[in-house]
Amino acid sequence: MEEIVVLAEHRDGELRDITFEMLTIANQLGKENDMAVTALFLGHEASDLSNRLKGACDTILLMEDPELAHYNADHYLMAIETVIKSRNPIVTVIGHTAMGMDLAPVMAARLSLPLVTDCVAVNVVDKKLDVLRQIYGGKINAQLTMKPSDQYLITLRPGSFDAEVEQGKSADTQTVPAPSWTDLKGRQFLGYIEAELKDVDIAAADILVSIGRGIGKPENISLVQDFADSIGATLSCSRPVADEEWLPKSRQVGTSGKTVRPKIYIAFGISGAYQHQAGMKNADTIIAVNTDPRAPIFTIAHYGIVEDMFKVLPLLTEKFAK
Amino acid sequence: MNIVVCVRQVPEVTDAELEINKEGTEILKEDLEMDINEWDNYAVEEAVRIKEEHGGKVTVVTLGDEDCEDVLRTSLAMGADEAILINEEGFELSDAAGIAKGIYRAIRDLSFDLLFTGVQCSDNGWAQVGLILAELLGLPYASLVVGIEINEGTMIVRRELESNTEEKLQIPMPAILTIQTGINSPRYVSIMGIQKVRKIEIRETDSEELGLSEEEIGVKGSHVASQKLSLPPVGEGAEILEGSLDEICEKTAQIVLDKGVI
Ligand SMILES: Cc1cc2nc3c(=O)[nH]c(=O)nc-3n(C[C@H](O)[C@H](O)[C@H](O)COP(=O)(O)OP(=O)(O)OC[C@H]3O[C@@H](n4cnc5c(N)ncnc54)[C@H](O)[C@@H]3O)c2cc1C
Ligand SMILES: Nc1ncnc2c1ncn2[C@@H]1O[C@H](COP(=O)(O)O)[C@@H](O)[C@H]1O
Repeated sequence: MEEIVVLAEHRDGELRDITFEMLTIANQLGKENDMAVTALFLGHEASDLSNRLKGACDTILLMEDPELAHYNADHYLMAIETVIKSRNPIVTVIGHTAMGMDLAPVMAARLSLPLVTDCVAVNVVDKKLDVLRQIYGGKINAQLTMKPSDQYLITLRPGSFDAEVEQGKSADTQTVPAPSWTDLKGRQFLGYIEAELKDVDIAAADILVSIGRGIGKPENISLVQDFADSIGATLSCSRPVADEEWLPKSRQVGTSGKTVRPKIYIAFGISGAYQHQAGMKNADTIIAVNTDPRAPIFTIAHYGIVEDMFKVLPLLTEKFAK
Repeated sequence: MNIVVCVRQVPEVTDAELEINKEGTEILKEDLEMDINEWDNYAVEEAVRIKEEHGGKVTVVTLGDEDCEDVLRTSLAMGADEAILINEEGFELSDAAGIAKGIYRAIRDLSFDLLFTGVQCSDNGWAQVGLILAELLGLPYASLVVGIEINEGTMIVRRELESNTEEKLQIPMPAILTIQTGINSPRYVSIMGIQKVRKIEIRETDSEELGLSEEEIGVKGSHVASQKLSLPPVGEGAEILEGSLDEICEKTAQIVLDKGVI
């Protein structure tokens, strides 16, 4: 039987959501194409953690070694190479996360595997792989058909599949010995650094007024601040605004910033890249103001205003001043 | 400290109205404004800063057509010393692996301590080229880099992970890093600045000189057989508020008030 291998992702003793999302789509593909789903778990003293995947795959491959305690490309690459060379899975699935983005392209080059990154949908038709990607900042959909191959490697965009993976399987765990670490490049993991919470905690706010690159220049922020003050909202932002240091990093919403769930999220001049959406799409009510009717933010907003934010802001502030 | 930086010219898309040809195979790029890929702008800035502190030179490389000279000039104006243009339209339908192969051939004989690429390009967003280069060159690497501290022969780098978390690594040099936005504040380049570097000669090469056959590049050398492009439908999702500006603002205010959180 053909096999799909999913590389389980975990950090600091916690499974990452992407692991379940990958298993959701792998099980679906497995069912449609009669393929077995294997979760590859690399870690150190990790059998308890790997056992949590039992209900969601057919086999757990567990490789334990002190060097695998934290993600390190050098060791992960060797470990995965061993597994793929011995099992020859038709599809290997990795998350398009900080870990998977670091790993998959190198693995593909090393093992001569065709790779497509950042897929939001995947299909296997007659052993041929079809994937959907979003390109040009989410403004264009690209449906790719891959050339026929015995093996494929894909990375999946976080949040594209259900993290509530269907249970009901009961996987066997097979332990695989770690290879001897010979081909290392000298990369050493030193530790994690968590950003300190200075400034305000945007995740605690009921109403967030959020600005993106459309704000244009820092001098314009006071206009938004006036509006935010008029409704008692907290100011947050997309990444470029934090990158430019127009607002502190602690105000950034998104995958590399904070995940927020306010009652109201009002986005001004934010295009709605998926890394931003991932941090705010669960807000109760989302209102987006953007001059571009095709901005991806409108696909997840509840209400949209296709207008220049600088025309909208003063008027809106006035409405609440009354 | 010699540093090579890969830079890519990309269309400016956030404000643009994108169009696709009838067959759905191509994005019409004639009317789009081109600029340096955002991530590469940070990469050039970082390289120039390291050079200013430690000495050495910065070489920028791009693969594209002759119009891509512009990104090289921008990079030179930021402080890069040398530029290489792989002037080859044959890469038009290459995937990331094909592009990496082209860049690899053009830089493999250069002597460098660091090679930077951006984390990803804003058009195709593969986030692959720098990492494939690492494997082709057999060098240590780190992606998503937001901080670099150089010591004798090694460096401490900070990689960005999810949720405001970073990872600290030690890596020997030479090495390859993919640079994340926000690592620095890129300097502004004026038209005057670009004027000043117009005499710097750009080294040009092409696939023939790099010993790459037609089979190895473009669609033939790609893992992708075909692609079908489409514009996501407008109007799916948000209820777009209509009316005069005043009416729209009135409706918005009402929506906010109805939630009862003010
Ligand atoms: C690994 C990684 C992690 C990332 N993490 C995050 C993250 O945590 N959070 C995040 O936000 N991004 C993140 N990003 C970046 C993300 O991909 C986008 O680049 C970013 O979200 C774009 O921000 P933006 O929408 O403000 O800017 P743009 O995409 O440039 O959009 C600006 C928008 O403003 C509109 N506009 C312009 N002028 C006006 C006006 N006068 N009135 C109204 N609208 C106007 C434009 O139409 C456009 O839609 C990450 C990227 C990577 C690779
Ligand atoms: N055509 C190109 N020429 C030079 N560098 C490139 C090219 N394409 C990609 N790169 C580099 O690789 C990085 C990642 O691009 P990608 O893998 O295409 O998302 C970019 O930020 C650039 O630094």
